[in-house]
Formats: sequence, C-alpha cells, structure tokens
Amino acid sequence: MKMKFTALVAAGMVAAAPAMADLVIPNLSYRTGPYAAGGTPYADGFNDYFTLLNERDGGIGGEKVQVPECETAYNTEKGVECYEATKGNGALVYNPLSTGITYQLIPKVSADHISLYTPGYGRTSAANGKVFEWVFNYPANYWDGASVAITYLLEQNGGSLEGKKIALVYHNSAYGKEPIRTLTDLAKKHGFELTEIPVDHPGQEQKSQWLQIRREKPDYVLMWGWGVMNQVAVQEAANIKFPMENFIGIWWSGSENDVVPAGDGANGYKSLAMHGTGMDYPVYTDMKKYVLDAGKASGAGDQVGSVLYSRGMYAAMVIAEAARKAQEIAGTPAINATQMRDGFENLEITEARMVELGLPNFGQPFAATCADHGGPGAAMVQQWDATTKKWTLVTGFIAPDMEVLDPLVAEDSAAYAKEAGITERCN
Amino acid sequence: MPEQLLYATEVMLNGLMAGVMYSLVALGFVLIFKASGIFNYAQGVLALFAALTLVGLQNGQVPFAHMINAVFGTHVAEFGWQLPAVVAIALTALVMVGLAVLIEKLVLKHLVSQAPIILFMATIGLAYFLEGLGDVMWGADIKKLDVGLPQGISETIESVTDSLFGYGFFIDNLDIVATVVAVVLVSALTIFSQYSKQGRALRAVADDHQAALSVGISLRFIWVLVWSIAGFVALVAGIMWGTKSGVQFSLSLIALKALPVLMLGGFTSIPGAIVGGLIIGVGEKLFDFFVGPMIGGATENWFAYMLALIFLVFRPQGLFGEKIIERV
Repeated sequence: MKMKFTALVAAGMVAAAPAMADLVIPNLSYRTGPYAAGGTPYADGFNDYFTLLNERDGGIGGEKVQVPECETAYNTEKGVECYEATKGNGALVYNPLSTGITYQLIPKVSADHISLYTPGYGRTSAANGKVFEWVFNYPANYWDGASVAITYLLEQNGGSLEGKKIALVYHNSAYGKEPIRTLTDLAKKHGFELTEIPVDHPGQEQKSQWLQIRREKPDYVLMWGWGVMNQVAVQEAANIKFPMENFIGIWWSGSENDVVPAGDGANGYKSLAMHGTGMDYPVYTDMKKYVLDAGKASGAGDQVGSVLYSRGMYAAMVIAEAARKAQEIAGTPAINATQMRDGFENLEITEARMVELGLPNFGQPFAATCADHGGPGAAMVQQWDATTKKWTLVTGFIAPDMEVLDPLVAEDSAAYAKEAGITERCN
Repeated sequence: MPEQLLYATEVMLNGLMAGVMYSLVALGFVLIFKASGIFNYAQGVLALFAALTLVGLQNGQVPFAHMINAVFGTHVAEFGWQLPAVVAIALTALVMVGLAVLIEKLVLKHLVSQAPIILFMATIGLAYFLEGLGDVMWGADIKKLDVGLPQGISETIESVTDSLFGYGFFIDNLDIVATVVAVVLVSALTIFSQYSKQGRALRAVADDHQAALSVGISLRFIWVLVWSIAGFVALVAGIMWGTKSGVQFSLSLIALKALPVLMLGGFTSIPGAIVGGLIIGVGEKLFDFFVGPMIGGATENWFAYMLALIFLVFRPQGLFGEKIIERV
C-alpha cells in the first residue's frame, strides 16, 4: 500500500513537472482580485502565442515551451511565492506584470541567475545593463513614457510648454510614482508647472482629486493608473467636462477596459501605445487556425486582439525571439537560464523579422547590448473613439528625450549598484 | 464669499454625497449584524455578485458560458436578449433571495449556537467562494452597467450656484440619485422593522435569540429574511458603485469604505450607518482639501479610519450603537 502510494506520488510529480528538455517560461499572472480585468487578457495573449509556437512549429528550435501559470492576484507577496515555487523547474525567464513584484524579484533573479523581462513596467533604471545584468525592460519604460507624453504635448503646442499647467494623476504605489522624477526634470527644462495628484489603491473614489483638477484647471492631465483607478478617472474627467483630448494615460491606462464603462464620456481620451493592437495582422491567421479554432485558446478566448492581449502576445514574442537567439548562440535548442540571458542581451528585433513573424509595424525595432537593456523607448499616441469603440493611432513612434533620461537612469542605477554592492560591467 | 470658502463648501457637499455612497454599503453590514450578531465579511462581495448578476441578466449573458464551452465544445455566450433595467433588477433581487436561502441552508443552519468568531470565519469563506462563483459565472472582464441612472455634473446646481456665488458647484447627478435612493431605502427599512410582523420578529431576534425562539419565532426564517434584505441592499450599492466604475472585481473592495462608517456609526444602528457615512465622507474630503496638499495628498483611505478610531476611543459602541453592559 505504502509503495503504491509512493509510486502514485512519484507519477504525479512527473506529470506535474515539465519535461526536462522543455523550455520553461512561467506565467506569473493574475486572473482574480481587483486587477483581474487587466491581468486576464495579458495572460491570455502570453499563453496563446506560446501555444501557437508549440502547435504550429513544434515549439522554439524544436523544443516545446511549457508555460506553467501561477496566480499572483497582483499581490507582491504572492508574486514572490510564485517565483519561489516555480524557479526550481528550470525557469528561463519571468514576466510578472507588476512593478511591485518586479522590485522584489530583482535581487532574487540576480542571485539565482534567471532573467526578468519587464516590458513597459518595473524598475526603469534596469535599462542600464551595466548594473542590472539579469533584468531587461525594452522596448520602453515608464520614464520613456513620461518623456514621450511631454514630447507629444510640445508638438501640440508649437514646441513650447512654457507656463502650461500639467497635472499627474497617479496610482499611489511604486508603479504610479515612477514618472515623477522624469516629469519634474522635464518641467524644469520646458517651463511647465507640474501638479502631482496621488490616488490610493484601488482608486474607486476619486472625487477629491477631480474636484482639485476642476479648481486648478490644468491644461493637460497625465495618468499613471491601473485597474479600477483608470475607469473611475476617465468617468470623473467626463463628469467635470475636462477636455478628453487633453487627458493622456500611460500605456497601462489605455485599454478597452479603461474607457468602455464611461461610454460616450470617454470619447477623445488618449493614451500612449508601445505596440499595435487589433487583429489586422497576419499572425492572427495562424493564431485562428492553430489556437482559437482548435479550441486551445487560453481563458475564455474572448480577449483576442484587445490592447492588453496584444501586449501579452508581444511580451511572449520578444521572449520567444530571445530564446531563439540564445539557442543560436549556445548551439543547442535545450538552453538553460544563463544562456537565455545571453539571448536577451544579444537580441535584435528588426522590422523585417516582425514581418516574418506576421506582425508588420506592430512594434519598434530595437537591438539590445550589454549596456542597453532598455531599447529605444519610443511610443505612439492612440485616441479612443466611443462610437466605433476602437483605438486609433494618432501619431507614429515618438522618441523620448534621452538628454534628460540618460542621466536619470545613470544616477538611479548607480545608487542601486552602491546599495547592492554591484560593480559595473560592460567596460 | 471668499474663494477658499466656496471651494470648501463644494468639497463638503461632495463629501456628504460620497458619505451616502459609503452608507449604502454599511447598511448591509448593519442589517445582518443587528439581526444575528454576525459581522458579514462577504457584504462587499454580495454587492459585486449582485452587480455581476444584474449586468449578466440584463445583457442576456449565458452564465457559466466558459465552463460550458470548455466541457461540451460549444460556443455559447449570449441568449440574445436585452432586458429592461427594471426587469433585470427584479430578477437579480430574486437571485439574491435564492442566495440567502442557500446560505442559510448550506452554511448558517449548521452553525447555530456557534461563537461569533466561527460565524465570522464562515462569512470569510463565503466571500471567497462567491467571488470565485461570480468569476466562473460571468467572467472577469469589466462590464458597463447601464440602468438609466444619470451621471455627470448637475447643470442646475452649477448654474444656480454660479449665479449666486460666481462659482458653479460640482455635484454629480449619480450622487443625487444615490441620496434619494438611500433616503427611500432607510425609510422603507424603518417602516418595515417598526410596523410589519416580520420586522417586529426581526427586532425580537436581534434583542434576544432565546426569548424570540421561545415565543415561536423561526430563527431560520429570520436569517433568510435578513440575508435577503442585505442582498437587496447590496444590489442597490452594487448598482450605484457599478454605474460609477463599471462592474469589476474591485467592487468588492467598497466594503473597506464601509468599515470606518460602521466603527463610527455603530454596528447595530441603521441611522448610525447613515450619519456615520456622512461624517466620514465630509471628514475625509475636508481633511484632504485642507491638510492633504501639505502632506502629499492621498489621505482619504487612512484618515477615514483614524477619524473612526477617535470616535471609537470615546464611544466604543459607536455613535448610535447599543452600549454593551455585561454583569457578572
């Protein structure tokens, strides 16, 4: 009896653990809790892309990809638990979709030698590969986003923001506070007045904040929100009749979720976008054939083509390309975490490659180096049309102001290097 | 009137309105605690579940569609109907009554005579179960709730105050509706508990379980009744908050806004829930207006609890709660 039980347990463990030759890419997702509406489509896009590679191509370089999912509920402690629970299964890279979890994982992945990929979120100064050997956040980060928003406003105002008032409504968390430093420096450079307006988690009640905006009448409002904070902010802006075309959110405040609840009131609201969206890309022909119609879609399969689904798919595409690069460098398809890091650090995504992947003009080309883990940082501006219920891109890719950002990244990463006792590399 | 005073008045009025929204959530807690001594941790989730059900029924969404499709390989999603808001609200109220019956039969019945902490823990379990059930039934995506409630600035108030003071006040139409609804709800609950047979039975159970049982009042019926009413109150709160932010899982967190209201107003008083809500609403908004800019803002969440704590120190039973005297 005892032996039978042991055999059963052993069989169960074998079934539960990924086959040793597989590429293991854990998906630290959140499909429950207050941020589920954002976490679910992202996780679906992430999973579906790897399912596509497995079903159509037999994986990456002939190696199947395992994507074990672990629920974090956007909770930092749970995120760390997920990391600890999955890292022993040969995990190659983590993408936790949470700045809070990212901050906790940076020292852990550095010690465990596993890559952390945080596109468009996380610790901005991780763009400095000289200090953050195991962290990558290309193609864009929060400070890029802040700078792109200001560059866009400069374009809208004939190159000058002198005397303009800009309010930043932000989630009162590590994530929401990220752009403050950049915006403060940009305010000095361009002569605009910056007002910081924090909103506590979860952001269901924002009357005080929007009464303040109504009183102070800023020319523009920027938003760093997530979850219900976005929907309430868009609704409150409509309530006070703030001109929606002067209200711009970061890319995490620019999904369909954020504007649909406000109905017509959200018309004209803008947000940054670091990639394309919608299903007008050739990749969806194969996605339909091998994943959706085959009944292998992640979740309910009802998020395909949405902004956050596209972002999850984009993150998976970059990881897959990094794995391909790693296989090429290592000369073997069965790569380990250290080799995966080499793939990330030597990754080059060209437009020609994006066309091959069925994603023409979907994202910006970039090439990582030992020192540059952050990419070019460009972003587009999209605008919501409440009638057609669609986002429309109103600009091409706008480059951030690296003259302001580079010193900030250098300063912040140097402070981290000192604190963590890291000697700069790539020299 | 000086500009600063005008702004403060506007903030205060909006605080009163916000307080009403908090009170709507707090009422559900009070009803259940008053009748059964249970602190219902699941009250916020009840509001979420009610709002999810309302949107699902109104839009003809097939419940458990994802599960059905996964098991049977089908592609069902919608029934194809769009119900009038009144019908959808009535059907959701019936669902909440059904839920109350199930909660009594499957949970509470088995916990009669248990310590309050056991009942409290049961409601924690219930909260997580209902949240999961809501997810499986209706999905985790954000849903627009439209039952025809007006939203946005009240033009009348804005123009009247503008002509009077030279500054148009902002008052949200939705908040005005919420205030009217709260007044009607509290009046109805008061009339029900004072003048109906069931209401008197409910008060008798609240006063003394054993004595109520000895005169033939069915405790199980009273529990179903009170959970049904609390479910209906949760539906009202879910409609108001869901209209504001869309129906999504963070809706369950509105319970956090009700806790300081309960601490301040008392766990056993319906008027206490209203007055407590108003004090918290006004207090947090004025504090944020006057002090917030000096300390970096975002004071509302913690200040509400601090205010409640201050009241608690001087009146542990809350402003309107019953004083607990235990003789030994």
